[in-house]
Amino acid sequence: MPELFLDGRPLTVTHGTSVAAALALGADGCSRTSVSGQRRAPLCGMGICQECRVTIDGQRRLACQTLCRDGMHVQTRP
Amino acid sequence: MNETTDLLIIGAGPAGMSAALAAASRGAHIVLLDDNPLPGGQIWRDGPQASLPAAARRLREQLQACANVRCHTGTRVIASVADKTLLVENAERGWQINYERLILCTGARELLLPFPGWTLPGVTGAGGLQALIKAGLPVRDERLVIAGSGPLLLASAATARHQGAHVLRVAEQASRAAVAGFAAQLPRWPGKLLQAFALFDRHYRTASHVLEALGQERLEGVRLLQQGRIVELACDRLACGFGLIPNTQLGQALGCELAEKALAVDAWQATTRQDHYAAGECTGVGGSELALVEGAIAGHAAVGDTAAAQRLWPRRERWQGFARTLNQAFALDPRLKSLSRVDTLGCRCEDVPYGDLIGHVSWREAKLASRCGMGACQGRVCGAALEYLFDWTPPTPRPPFSPARIETLLGLEETPPT
Repeated sequence: MPELFLDGRPLTVTHGTSVAAALALGADGCSRTSVSGQRRAPLCGMGICQECRVTIDGQRRLACQTLCRDGMHVQTRP
Repeated sequence: MNETTDLLIIGAGPAGMSAALAAASRGAHIVLLDDNPLPGGQIWRDGPQASLPAAARRLREQLQACANVRCHTGTRVIASVADKTLLVENAERGWQINYERLILCTGARELLLPFPGWTLPGVTGAGGLQALIKAGLPVRDERLVIAGSGPLLLASAATARHQGAHVLRVAEQASRAAVAGFAAQLPRWPGKLLQAFALFDRHYRTASHVLEALGQERLEGVRLLQQGRIVELACDRLACGFGLIPNTQLGQALGCELAEKALAVDAWQATTRQDHYAAGECTGVGGSELALVEGAIAGHAAVGDTAAAQRLWPRRERWQGFARTLNQAFALDPRLKSLSRVDTLGCRCEDVPYGDLIGHVSWREAKLASRCGMGACQGRVCGAALEYLFDWTPPTPRPPFSPARIETLLGLEETPPT
């Protein structure tokens, strides 16, 4: 079972879990802060809306289309 | 590390998988591309909380057994860089794929319409919630309201309930007469009738739609207009989607024409551009059965097996009938055009309030004045919403079609002049 880090906090999830699901399993489910400062969470669940974009190991990725991997560092705040 | 192939298929849902399998029998070299981590599309999305139907597993296994089909998952199209050459990107690298023939199986997305509170964490699309749950989103003991339109609402409710959620309400905007009329037609497609029975939900209400999502930092409740009465329900999640719309952007960018807001195709599933085919919901929303048969016709036609393609025409005709019945029944109530207040965000990427969009005459004018549609989703959400709300035609998409890494774009420098 992969162990990843959500904003620095460790979390172990079932194999095949998306990062979008992990955000809700390990924290408040939010993925980013909007240009006017609102917290946002995944919306479309299928790679269209870009609300779930997070930083994973330094790269901007869509949480709903990324599976959790061992050692991954996910950041939801700039 | 660029790639050349006889047939490139974009999208590995039912249409794309079916197209690949049909074309593979003639020995063509096939590349199948999808931006999700696994093939299956939306309806056959696999994950820790998904249960795949046997037909989906069988199709996946048959494809895996084809040595001439290469599947790139987690890969999206960034740009068209030369004739029949696309720039693509996955998590590790960008590269170019040159093809002889192309089949677009880019599917559909949900129509998400703005209403007060729709940006609160806890609000998702209806199919969106189902996709998130399949991928492991926990909903056990949560109180859910599902709203919007179409059969997807019941499917999403069933998935949520199966994972231990309490579905308080399923609010369908279509009238009781429209939904009853649709149900009365279902015996023409017995499989669909069985599905409908399996999904029946005693919390289902017709002529009901969302007015507002309530809450400060995250969703705490929802206000509905339910058969003429205003109802408030405390809940943890609201899943709201107003039916499906075809994903035509890539096809349009490649020069394929539209008909009725979907990619136009002929009897062979050929688009208006030579050697470019399209199948499944990007050519019109109609469900997975229609997508499977359209995919197979496109696959056969793209490798020249016209006899095999033509044998499938009657089956396609049958499921096109279902699609027509479906789309008529769930036509949207014009009252949904007046859900937003002036401070409701119309564009979620650039946080543009609805009030800044009123009064413009076109998408282009509104975009230049307000930045709506200039964010990361490139108007896929607000463009479709404003097309419904104001009848504005969204522009043909320009590359990069998705946010891309600089290194991927720099790879274009190595392209030889054509």
